[in-house]
Amino acid sequence: MTTAAAAAASGWMPPPCTVPGARAGGVIDGGAPEGPLSAAWQRRRLDYRLVNPANRRRLKVIVVGTGLAGAGAAAALGELGYEVECFTYHDSPRRAHSVAAQGGINAAGDNTVDNDSLERFVRDTVKGGDFRGREADAFRLGEESQRVIDHLNAIGAPFAREYGGTLATRSFGGVQVSRTYYARGQTGQQLQVAGSQALLRQVDAGTVTLRTRHEMLDLVMDDGRVAGVVMRNLVSGKITAHTAHAVVLSTGGYGNIYYFSTLAKNSNASAAWRAVQRGALIASPSFIQFHPTALPVGSKWQSKTILMSESLRNDGRIWVPAKAGDERAAGSIPEEERDYYLERKYPAFGNLTPRDVASRNAVAQIRSGHGVGSLQNGVYLDFRDAIARLGKATISERYGNLFDMYKHATGEDPYAVPMRIAPGAHFTMGGLWSDYDQMTSLPGLFVGGECGWGYHGANRLGANSLLSACVDGWFTLPYSVPNYLAPLLGTAPLAPDSAPVQEALTRTRARVDSLLTIGGTHGPSHFHRILGDLLYEGCGVTRTEPSLTATIAAVRQLREQFWSDLRIVGSAERLNQELERAGRVADYLELAELMCVDALDREESCGAHFRDEHQVDGEAARDDEHWAFASAWQVDDGHFVRHHERLTFESVRLQTRNYT
Amino acid sequence: MRLVIEVWRQDTPQGPGRYETHTVDDATPEMSILELLDRLNDQLVENGLEPVAFESDCREGICGACGVTVDGNPHGPQRNTPSCHQRLAGYADGQRIRLEPLRSAAFPVIRDLVVDRSAMDRIIAAGGHVAIDAGTAPDANSLLVPHESAERALDMAACIGCGACVAACPNGAAHLFVGSKLTHLSLLPTGRQERGKRARAMLSEMEQDFGPCSLYGECARVCPAHIPLTAIAAVNKEGLRSFFRQKDD
Ligand SMILES: Cc1cc2nc3c(=O)[nH]c(=O)nc-3n(C[C@H](O)[C@H](O)[C@H](O)COP(=O)(O)OP(=O)(O)OC[C@H]3O[C@@H](n4cnc5c(N)ncnc54)[C@H](O)[C@@H]3O)c2cc1C
Ligand code: FES
Repeated sequence: MTTAAAAAASGWMPPPCTVPGARAGGVIDGGAPEGPLSAAWQRRRLDYRLVNPANRRRLKVIVVGTGLAGAGAAAALGELGYEVECFTYHDSPRRAHSVAAQGGINAAGDNTVDNDSLERFVRDTVKGGDFRGREADAFRLGEESQRVIDHLNAIGAPFAREYGGTLATRSFGGVQVSRTYYARGQTGQQLQVAGSQALLRQVDAGTVTLRTRHEMLDLVMDDGRVAGVVMRNLVSGKITAHTAHAVVLSTGGYGNIYYFSTLAKNSNASAAWRAVQRGALIASPSFIQFHPTALPVGSKWQSKTILMSESLRNDGRIWVPAKAGDERAAGSIPEEERDYYLERKYPAFGNLTPRDVASRNAVAQIRSGHGVGSLQNGVYLDFRDAIARLGKATISERYGNLFDMYKHATGEDPYAVPMRIAPGAHFTMGGLWSDYDQMTSLPGLFVGGECGWGYHGANRLGANSLLSACVDGWFTLPYSVPNYLAPLLGTAPLAPDSAPVQEALTRTRARVDSLLTIGGTHGPSHFHRILGDLLYEGCGVTRTEPSLTATIAAVRQLREQFWSDLRIVGSAERLNQELERAGRVADYLELAELMCVDALDREESCGAHFRDEHQVDGEAARDDEHWAFASAWQVDDGHFVRHHERLTFESVRLQTRNYT
Repeated sequence: MRLVIEVWRQDTPQGPGRYETHTVDDATPEMSILELLDRLNDQLVENGLEPVAFESDCREGICGACGVTVDGNPHGPQRNTPSCHQRLAGYADGQRIRLEPLRSAAFPVIRDLVVDRSAMDRIIAAGGHVAIDAGTAPDANSLLVPHESAERALDMAACIGCGACVAACPNGAAHLFVGSKLTHLSLLPTGRQERGKRARAMLSEMEQDFGPCSLYGECARVCPAHIPLTAIAAVNKEGLRSFFRQKDD
């Protein structure tokens, strides 16, 4: 990282940061290889240092998380012969939230005649991300994609097959080729189960030590390098330190900060946020994807929102009553009084417009009184025409379990009445900043999967994130982590009684105690719910300067209330789920402020970041002249410093997205 | 509606446990069993009492984290439905509802409704995988898989690893779980290479913690993933096959 002076010397300066309490920092370099991008990954791999197989056992890597990214990294590094210690707060590696992904996984290919190719994949990814991701990473993503399919197929994922026995594909939101591989509506489950089997195979082989029901609460820092982690055993409450030559965080996304989200109840930002507190940069934290096909919140005690796979948009048609406030049942609204607004506004893509466009249009319909359902907070997704055209059997083979799921969740039969959907917080494009080698700004700390950033820019294309988690885990970190390890051969991980380890343990215990001793009146979920409402309102599908400014103030106030009015019953010496939740909500209350600061700072609209002030004819108005960079935030003693990585594009021309 | 909840409380794995009785006055029919527990816990916390520990994560029936016994039924009264999807629609105002952990000798209680299901992962670690390292896989399109085999493999691979099958079985057998994995992998070209070896490894690990199968069929009635009873037949079939062949594949 260089200084502001160096940024000025580079000839280009980003706009000043005018958000109170925040300031502009310096320029950072993603370290992508020079030269043509299509061969960049191969060149970089050739440059990486290697470790002799006989020596690998003497180098230790800690992997936090067993989702597709973590299970892949831990298994692959174990297969290579490194000593791996792997942690998850779940009771089993299989339960990581990758398991819930439904629709599919992309792979770039020219093996059909629909004219797909690596270049087209990159173009779609970069363009879909509204030019706010790192193009070199997108190339690597596409280049490794076929190996991901081959590998996951080989280790047991039963992908859907055509009648000829070859892999079946379908097309997914935002693209016009068919490059999405799938296993019914359970693609994530099948990949995740295959990945955790591979991980358990290494456990059996003795290369990986797996510790389940362990939550990472802090990092061990040794003179600026990351040298280990602090864990809490969730059953015994014991807090222990574990050291290694390198640490990989693959701890998933933080969409659950919105309380109602498509993530699991336990998904959280704590591991990543702790890294930020230890000095790591976090990129574009306000780039959050709202999934257009989540279920609207329907009842008072509902604990989360559920996702209906986007693949449903292949055959379902989205509409609302043309007349605001129309309370008739869907079936009684005649064809000419229905507004298929996506088909009307975006004839080329219709119901398959990218997620941000679909979400924003749905919010606009709901806010203007066209919402459906008893709370008028959804839009219809209708299969009537598809069933008439293809028959119920075909629809059931394609989406059977999704239809069952909908019925379970709502009590309504989607074969008979249209589904009701609404945008829900879903995916975090932002996350820990890392360079091209997936190393964060803290030496020794690597990142994989959704807790990182880079591939997806300001908006992720459907089916690209199972891919990015797999590419990171199986086919990037196993190359780049050894490159970092090689020079460390002959050194030992930090000793348990060393000062940095003791310091990290003391810090962690103090934090746990501080949560336990507040003695207020409300449990952590109370604050989480309020935070979620604040964020949906102020930093949601659309944002404005006043909404963000107000939300920052409200979040600060809520944080104060939390630290004076939290109540945790029970002790830290055994399983205490309220304590776990409290730690996570405490971190959310800090991250939420930075999300709003990031959104307020960025005076443009791009992808999922839609500032009402910056639009042309209702579409996002990107400002490439001033904002073609990724904001990578440093948290410095309570102040936010915005560093920037410039984004340039070689193979894809900077162009305005146009889906009409 | 008002529900009287008898809930199992157990502070430590060593026990002892006991039932506690609480009431929730504002339950609604569309609430799930787990949301009822959320509601109960809010109440307990507000009264300064320790909330009931229970597991869940996705709340959409796919992660397999949830699982409580409701009035004697693993996951709840509705068949083939995970706890997170069991709704209260079948309960009437004033009714009692009894919640306890999944009960099985193989699943020691950790606390309240939380049990330790790691014995299932030990079976997977023993052999429920395919020995192909990253980067060495053949082209997935060069290994043709008939559409129907892929679909059948998926039927079996749908298992969410919740352990309800074990809890439902009077013998505490894990045959549905193990049989689904054996069948799933034996239907795929790469999985077939270690078919015999896998069966021996998984079955011998299974016998460490789980009981024998007497074909009660209770497992398939609770399975949220609808794993069919044919899976349990696969355990014996694959076991015999590997015993007589004594080969890796
Ligand atoms: C409902 C849903 C549907 C989706 N559908 C699709 C799709 O069809 N296609 C697609 O490409 N993408 C999809 N996505 C996105 C995609 O599933 C995720 O981005 C991806 O699976 C994330 O994988 P991961 O390995 O990064 O994280 P996860 O799978 O979330 O794993 C995180 C891991 O980290 C562990 N962990 C976290 N914090 C800690 C801590 N502090 N200490 C210890 N362990 C910790 C957890 O226990 C877990 O093991 C979907 C997402 C959702 C929510
Ligand atoms: S909570 Fe995931 S299956 Fe029930």
